[in-house]
Amino acid sequence: MKKEEIENQLHDIVKVYLPQDVNADDIQADSHLMQDLGINSAHLVDIALDVEDAFDITLDESDMEAMQTVSDSVQIVQRKLKP
Amino acid sequence: MLLDPFEKIVANLPYGDGFKFVDHILEMDDNHVIGVYRFRESEYFYKHHFLQNPVTPGVMLIECMAQIGLACLGTYLNKNNTQSLDFIFNESHVVFNSIVKPGTAVIVSARKEYFRFGKLKCLVKMMDENEKKIAEGWVSGMIIKSDETVK
Repeated sequence: MKKEEIENQLHDIVKVYLPQDVNADDIQADSHLMQDLGINSAHLVDIALDVEDAFDITLDESDMEAMQTVSDSVQIVQRKLKP
Repeated sequence: MLLDPFEKIVANLPYGDGFKFVDHILEMDDNHVIGVYRFRESEYFYKHHFLQNPVTPGVMLIECMAQIGLACLGTYLNKNNTQSLDFIFNESHVVFNSIVKPGTAVIVSARKEYFRFGKLKCLVKMMDENEKKIAEGWVSGMIIKSDETVK
């Protein structure tokens, strides 16, 4: 799967959990999910579970801790998708 | 043992009598819980909601479903955890079908959808003693160690 494809899917997952005062256009590669996009820890779990379903992968506690920015998340997905 | 394990969980919930909306747990395992609560005629909110027409506020019904579905089941799921835990109720979606008059016993059943990364989400349903549906929806919360703060 191309990186761009992963980014697009991730964008669609993340935007569902944005608070009202954050716009979907604000989702950038270097955006910090909690600090910049205002996503709370409970919704971070939802994002992780949606990512698992979307890419058919399994995430563990260390992946969860590493999932800080949008690009971190893309990298985790890329690593998990490698055969 | 004086208390059975379910009674022990109910007895140790961190709510005072005026805000504990669980009397008994009928069934509980890793995937579901069924609990009951009788809304006492003496509950303080009936004096105000509504004037001369006491009806249980919807938020109290949601609280009751969260105490059974999240606090009770969450405690059970963490029964092997020795650390002190906090429960943070953080999201719900509930549809109400009927009202609850003072003195009604409600039966709440909750089915775990997932418990991952400290987050518990349950589908919940509330019925009255005639098994008429009062409400249904879902509730979710975070279960964290007491010394951590949730962002």
